[in-house]
Amino acid sequence: MVHIKRLQEDGADIISVIGEIDASSSIELDLAIAKSVGEGFKKILVDCSALEYISSAGLGVFMSYIEELKDKNIPMVLFGMKEKVLNTFSILGLAELLHIAATKPEAKKLANELSV
Amino acid sequence: MNYQYNIGCSLSNLKGIREFVRNSLKDQRVPEIEMSAIVLALDEMCSNLMIHAHHCNPDHMLELHIDIPAHGKFIFEIVDDGSLFDINEFHEPDLGNLVHQKRKGGLGIRLVKAIMDNVEYLKRDDKNVCRLTKVIK
Repeated sequence: MVHIKRLQEDGADIISVIGEIDASSSIELDLAIAKSVGEGFKKILVDCSALEYISSAGLGVFMSYIEELKDKNIPMVLFGMKEKVLNTFSILGLAELLHIAATKPEAKKLANELSV
Repeated sequence: MNYQYNIGCSLSNLKGIREFVRNSLKDQRVPEIEMSAIVLALDEMCSNLMIHAHHCNPDHMLELHIDIPAHGKFIFEIVDDGSLFDINEFHEPDLGNLVHQKRKGGLGIRLVKAIMDNVEYLKRDDKNVCRLTKVIK
């Protein structure tokens, strides 16, 4: 069960992912990112501080946007991840393919640097 | 110690599977990172079976067995009577290709193989048994 909230700060769309993402709920993450891109945001930050669990279905969603966001020059930065969640990304080597920051200020800074 | 859990092949039951695994291991002093990885591997195997072998039919059942012996070798079995879905025969696509093709699938099997020490398949009472082994030191 996952709950997703979106709010905007300094021109960035911040997607907060609350709860657990598995094969039954990954579609909600997919829809949220698709909306953010569709609405024309130039920076996307994903707040993972309340993300308790992610399976490959959720990892696959993030991965499937890497090319599109690169083509559209939209940086997406994930932040606030718990160690157990970050470990799931690391097992697959996805931590190197995605942009991940520890805190929101660091995520904003990284997104600004990437969008130059 | 032995634990068993029977569930229908609906993706909405994955949360119950994760809770069952976590509860079964809670007194085993498994470090949290390892515990989370084991829970993840079982979720991945069950969701794969539900989707590919049972087409998410909630009337089809999976049996989960957890065997906790004294010497730290944990054995997890998933028993079903669907078509065999052997991840050892599944070709893992290159990560770069998955990104390039914007594909969402293909990661679960990688996770399971990375987390578990062994994945094997056997037949018992005419059913498929997928046995996952993990040694915790």
